[in-house]
Amino acid sequence: MDTFQHVTEEVTHIALHPGARRNWWILMAVALLMLGVFFVSTGWLFWLGVGVWGLNIPVNWGMDIINTVWWVGLGHAGTLISALLLIMGRHWRTSLNRFAEAMTLFAAMVAALFPILHLGRPQLFYWMLPYPNDMALWPQFRSPLTWDVFSFLAYIVVSFLFWYIGMIPDLATLRDKTTSPRLKIFYGVLALGWRGSARHWVRWRQAYVATALITFHLVVSVHSGVAMLFAAGLVAGWHSTLFPPFFVQSAVFSGVAVVILMAVTLRHAFHLYDLLTLRHLDILAKLLLGTGLLTAYGYLAEGFHAWYSGNPYEMQTLNDRLFGTYAWSAWGSIFLNILLIQLLWFRRVRTNVPLLFGIAAGVTVGMWLERYLLIVSGLYRDYLPSAWHVYETTWPEWGLFIGSIGLFGVLFLLFARFLPLVSMFELKEDLQREEAAE
Amino acid sequence: MKLWGYLAEFDSPAQLIEAVRTLRAEGYTHFDAHTPFPIEGLAEHMGFEENRVDPVHVMAGLAAGAVALGIMLWANAYSYPLNIGGRPLVAWAAFVLPTFEIGTLGATVAGVAAMLVLNRLPDTTHPLLAVERFHLASDDTFFLSLPASDPMFQAEDSWRDLTRLNPVALEAVLTEEGA
Repeated sequence: MDTFQHVTEEVTHIALHPGARRNWWILMAVALLMLGVFFVSTGWLFWLGVGVWGLNIPVNWGMDIINTVWWVGLGHAGTLISALLLIMGRHWRTSLNRFAEAMTLFAAMVAALFPILHLGRPQLFYWMLPYPNDMALWPQFRSPLTWDVFSFLAYIVVSFLFWYIGMIPDLATLRDKTTSPRLKIFYGVLALGWRGSARHWVRWRQAYVATALITFHLVVSVHSGVAMLFAAGLVAGWHSTLFPPFFVQSAVFSGVAVVILMAVTLRHAFHLYDLLTLRHLDILAKLLLGTGLLTAYGYLAEGFHAWYSGNPYEMQTLNDRLFGTYAWSAWGSIFLNILLIQLLWFRRVRTNVPLLFGIAAGVTVGMWLERYLLIVSGLYRDYLPSAWHVYETTWPEWGLFIGSIGLFGVLFLLFARFLPLVSMFELKEDLQREEAAE
Repeated sequence: MKLWGYLAEFDSPAQLIEAVRTLRAEGYTHFDAHTPFPIEGLAEHMGFEENRVDPVHVMAGLAAGAVALGIMLWANAYSYPLNIGGRPLVAWAAFVLPTFEIGTLGATVAGVAAMLVLNRLPDTTHPLLAVERFHLASDDTFFLSLPASDPMFQAEDSWRDLTRLNPVALEAVLTEEGA
C-alpha cells in the first residue's frame, strides 16, 4: 500500500538525490551537442541572412514554417491531456500532466522562434506588436500572420502559468525536503511561501480550474490560427475550410506521440515504473490510434475536397502531392500516420514498450513529413508554370531543425532534473480518495 | 520573542476535519488548516466560502478582449485606414481570433494574480515556515494553526482547547518582536 510519505519520497528523490545521474548526463550531452548545432546554424543565419536557406519564389516558406507548425502542434497534446482530463475528472492523468505541460510550454517556445528567425531582421520582431511608434504604423490586424503573434504570445504565457501554478505546492514539498541551503532558497523562492493553507487551496483550485478551461480553448484557437495562415490564402491545396479542425486534431495526434516518447524515456531514465505504468501507455496508445484515425479521415476529406471542387489547380496540386517531386513526403506520412498505427488495435502491441516507442517515433516523423508535404508541395507549382521551381534544403535549415530538438531537449532535461516531474499532491489526493472509497 | 499562536498536528484528514469543526463550534474564526493536498469539504467546515477568483478571471478576460478589439478597430479603421480592394475597414470577423487570444491572456494573468494577492503570497517569511516540524505539512501531516490574532485567543484557555482535540503534537509558535 502506498502512503503519502512514499509518494513524497519517490518524486522528490528524482530532483534531490538523482540516482540516474549517468542516464541524465548522457541525454544531456546529446541535447547540448544538438544545441551547439542550433547556435552554429542561427549564427550563420544572422551573419549572412535568410539567403542561407533554400527559400526562393515560389517556395518562400520552407523548413522554418514546417518546424513552427510541427512544434506548436506537438505541444497541444500536453494541454489537452492536462486541461481537458482535469476538467473531466480523469484521475489517471496525474502521472502524466506535469511533464506533458512542460512539453507544451517548451514546444511552444521553440515554435515561436522560427517565425522570428524567418523575419530576416529578427531584432525588429517587436514591430509585429501594436505600439505607438514614430512611423505612425500599425500591424495589419486582418492578416492571419498578425493573429499568430497574439496566439503564440497568449499560448506561451497561459501555458507557463498553468504549469507553474500547478507546480507551486510541489515546489513547496521540494523546499521542505531538500537539505542543501542553496536549493532551499531556489525552491523556497519558486514556492512563494506556500504553506498548504485550506483557504489558499480553495482559491488555488479556483484559479487552476479556470486556467485549465482557458488553456483547453487555446488548443483549438491557436492551431486554428496557424491553419488560417494557409487557409486564408488563395494557394491551391491550402485554401480550404477543412484546415482549422484538421490542423487541431492532427496536432493532438502528433503531440500524443511525443507524450508517449517522453513517458517511455522518463520511465526508463528515472525508473518511474510505478508512476508511469503500462496502463498509462495503453491509454495513450489508444488515444494515438483514435486521433490517428481522425487524421486519416482528414487526408481522405482533403483528397475528396480537391476532387469535388472541380478546380483544375486543386486537382493538379493533389496530383503533385501524390506523384510529384515530393511524393516521398506524401507516401511517408500515409505509411507512418495511417498504416503503421493500425498495429495499435492489438493490446499486445500497445503494452509492448519498444514497439510502442517505435510507432510513436514513426508518427512524430510522419507528422513532420505531413507538414513538409502540406507546405512545400502546396507551393512549388504555383498557378504560373513559368514560376515553378523546386525547393532544395540547405544545411543551416537542417541544422536549425536538429538544433531546435536540442533546445527542447536541454529545457526538458533541466525540468526533469530540477523540478517536480510528477504531481505529488495530486497523487496524494488520489490515494486519499481511494482510501475514502474503501 | 512574541507568541504568534499555536500549531497542532494530526495524522489523518478525518481527525483534522473533526478538530476544525470543534474549534469553529467553540467560536474561533482565525484558525487555519495546512495540508499536503486539498481536502474536500475542509474549507466549508472552516466556514470559508468565497469565490472571488472566478469573477476576476471573467471580468479581466472581457476587459482585455475589449481593449484588444478597440485597438484593432481604431488602428485599422481610423488611425491608419488601408483600403484593400474595397473591403470594409471595420472587418470585425477578422478581429475575432486576436480578441479571443488577448482576452484569454488577460483572464489568466489577472486570475492567477488575484489568487496570489488574495492568498497574500509570496510570503516566504511567514512564522509557520520557521517551525521545525512544519515541513511535514507538504509531506504527509495535517496541521491546524491558531494565531494569537483570533479574537477568542487566550494563551491558556486556547492551549487547553487545542489539547482537548487530541493532536499528535502541539506547540507554541514564536516570532521575533516586531516581526
